[in-house]
Amino acid sequence: MIDKDVLERTLSRALHNGGDFAEVFAEDRVNSSARLEDGRIEELTSGRDRGAGVRVIVGEATGYAHTTDLTEDGLRSAAEVAAAAARGGGGVRDVALERRPVTPAPIAIRPEDVAKADKVELLRRGESAARAGGSSIKQVMVSVANNRRRILVANSDGLLAEDDATRTRFMVQCVAAGDTGMQTGHEIVSATRGWELFDDRSPESIGEEAARRALLKLAARPAPSGSLPVVIAAGIGGVLFHEACGHGLEADLVDKDASVFAGRMGQQVASPLVTLVDDGTPLGEWGHLAIDDEGHPSMRNVLIDGGVLTGYMWDHIRAGKHARGPSGNGRRQTYRHLPMVRMTNTYLLAGEGDPEDLIASTPRGVYVKQLTGGQVNTATGDFVFGMGESYLIEDGRITEPLRESNLIGNGPDVLRTIDAVAGDLEMAGGGGMCGKDGQSVPVGVGQPTLRVPAMTIGGTAS
Amino acid sequence: MSNDNQLLALAEKVVADARGGEQVEAFVSQSRRTTAKVRRGEVESIEQATSAGIGIRVVVDGRQGFAYAGSLDPDAVASALADARDNAIFATPDEANGLAHPDGVTPVDLPGPDDALAAIATDRRVELARAVERAALATDRRITGMRSADWSDVLATSAVATSTGIRVTDSASFWSAMADVLATDGDEVQEAYGVRVGRTLAHLDVEGAGTEAAEKALALLGATQPESRRVTVVLDPHVAGSFLALIGATMVGDTVLKGRSPFADRVGEAIAAPLVTLADDPTDASSPAAGRHDGEGLATRRNTLIGAGVLQGFLHSTWSGRKAGLASTASAVRDYASTPHAGTQGLALATGDLTLEQILEQVGDGIWVQSVSGLHSGTNTVSGDFSVGVTGRAIRSGALAEPIREATIASTLQRMLLDVVAVGSERVWLPGGTGSAALAIEGVSLSGK
Repeated sequence: MIDKDVLERTLSRALHNGGDFAEVFAEDRVNSSARLEDGRIEELTSGRDRGAGVRVIVGEATGYAHTTDLTEDGLRSAAEVAAAAARGGGGVRDVALERRPVTPAPIAIRPEDVAKADKVELLRRGESAARAGGSSIKQVMVSVANNRRRILVANSDGLLAEDDATRTRFMVQCVAAGDTGMQTGHEIVSATRGWELFDDRSPESIGEEAARRALLKLAARPAPSGSLPVVIAAGIGGVLFHEACGHGLEADLVDKDASVFAGRMGQQVASPLVTLVDDGTPLGEWGHLAIDDEGHPSMRNVLIDGGVLTGYMWDHIRAGKHARGPSGNGRRQTYRHLPMVRMTNTYLLAGEGDPEDLIASTPRGVYVKQLTGGQVNTATGDFVFGMGESYLIEDGRITEPLRESNLIGNGPDVLRTIDAVAGDLEMAGGGGMCGKDGQSVPVGVGQPTLRVPAMTIGGTAS
Repeated sequence: MSNDNQLLALAEKVVADARGGEQVEAFVSQSRRTTAKVRRGEVESIEQATSAGIGIRVVVDGRQGFAYAGSLDPDAVASALADARDNAIFATPDEANGLAHPDGVTPVDLPGPDDALAAIATDRRVELARAVERAALATDRRITGMRSADWSDVLATSAVATSTGIRVTDSASFWSAMADVLATDGDEVQEAYGVRVGRTLAHLDVEGAGTEAAEKALALLGATQPESRRVTVVLDPHVAGSFLALIGATMVGDTVLKGRSPFADRVGEAIAAPLVTLADDPTDASSPAAGRHDGEGLATRRNTLIGAGVLQGFLHSTWSGRKAGLASTASAVRDYASTPHAGTQGLALATGDLTLEQILEQVGDGIWVQSVSGLHSGTNTVSGDFSVGVTGRAIRSGALAEPIREATIASTLQRMLLDVVAVGSERVWLPGGTGSAALAIEGVSLSGK
């Protein structure tokens, strides 16, 4: 994307006022999306964003500026603005870059090679399958989006690394109407893959699933209000750990004492059944990274091992401050943003036993099949997440479906009290976007079926 | 030549390339955001984010195509126009597709960007961020740290030109000061944030962000989980504003026409308590979101959504207006990377006549909701069901009492509007431009122990 000698001169320029560290991050992202609504191909959109950001760090202070001009002049201006924030001694420092080998995730069918007419056909197949759910399905929206993101990172430690990643996301949303009003259902499939994604998940299966959820909710009763045992299904349930403790294990929040997990390293913070990892390496997963946005290879980091806190997640600044190596968690939304500590794919390792037994041994409670996003206050550990598809458990059997509501809990309490973890680890097929301080990045989650003996369910039924 | 004229010239150049039978629209925007963050009096970071891009719409034979480029480079612009044309080929024809036409409405007279804010020095930005932090830390010795103390200022310019005769530019400046504060008592830590926004340096209250955050965090120390029950809640203006934004989103043309609004087909009916009057008014110069034109280049106007409890109508873009057999209400929202669609630009709740103390007295016993979490995952804007996490304080005998946490409130957006029993008299402007006030709502399910 940019010549090595241009990068070397830009980095030297960035440090001409003094400074401990300088970095160039360049990005070239091509987005494409198509949407079908009400039987009409409403929109095909395509676009490209390309630019570079220059970061200069002096002591605890960071200067950052970016440009869409990738010529040497453009980079030099950005370097000067960033360096202005870093007022120090001055002097000349030469930077010699060494290219690191990176293997981008293999893509079998590049989305940009798929004809637009074929993309449109895929949307129609998803729609027909959803409509086949019956006349109660009143609205169907189908969308497909893909992006190709090429990045380059060069820094004054001599690191030079590039990656080329492709992500694809397919979503069907349905509105169903019945005697109880309108309800919605959706299904999302997303991966760091190309069009080969649809060899494993047909558009029909995605459409059917969205329609099934919307129809199910027409017959759902209001969720209970108050504290009950909760069994969370394998897969998307991993959002629980993302919210309950993932954010609290990000080193920037730990460093600012804005996490209930600060100062707890080596302590028992969870049930011995809990072993939690954050792992950017699995190919194809939505949160897969060959390298993070600071140029470091992604890694498998064990955060909690048998209930004992064993690791936080790190970016360049925090790792440097604690004199330790990177963990591959320095990420940013685009070249316009500063990197910070972010999760990749966060999942709980499998326990033992049959998920069926876990339900059978719960006399009364709630079974959560689909979670829809959540939010945490890392300082207190209190978190919420939405139950998109959930059922009542009565006498050890799954009975009636429930309307949407939020679950609320406290991360440390939930971790300590988890009393059963089954052996059926699954990754969620449709990862989401995680927001933090105004930046949004793709993250994956996963877990086996598990039970929390008591969580507060925010419904309206007594 | 000023910057807005340069942007307009670029947009006009694209539009001049329209072929016979084609409608072409170019939306060009450019912005500069500078953020200074401090920590313990020292600079944590200074970021300068400049952004420029163009979005191009092409409509031919009722088919619409769109493409964008995050750059104003001539090659990128040319390739966006070619892509937009190509994308149009695959779209389904729709008679309602088409660009806005000038409709004779005169744009409101708003002050342009503040020169003093545009020229602010970096040292001053750092000083203002420090003032936010100092104000928070000085509130109480239990304020032990900050997750962040930031100052941010933005200068934004945009231009729209169409082959149907639209030629407009807009320019604005604004600033925000934000504090995210930690209060500690023994092992317990509570976090809260405070924010202040404005359009000019002449009206600065950055300390308010720090003290507000500090007071909110302190108020939560010692919070416990309340008993589940049905209660009257009093929503802090920030919380009320978040709910108003969700309600506003159900009253936009695209959502209504696609059968995704619980309020479709209810124009003229009483959908809220008579105390409730809600408008979308980007022409109000006191709103931080005030603007002269919408995303399609039409002059903005005041649109009443709910008048004394009665649903008056919806917000429309050119497309949704035509689809509904109505004119656009100049409510198209967009950025360069997206097509315009109907949306809210400056929601404002008409204030009531009770002070917060009077509302608490009227309510007697209930819950003061200071913050909500999981608003988006917990609200279904189609069915109207909502369930969100809350922190706040109990209201006992008409006064604020012990703090609460780890609880949720649930109802439906439809019920909530009908169950409003008081609206506060103090107007609060939120980031994003919503004009809000405290709201008291009865019959809400509180889930806790």
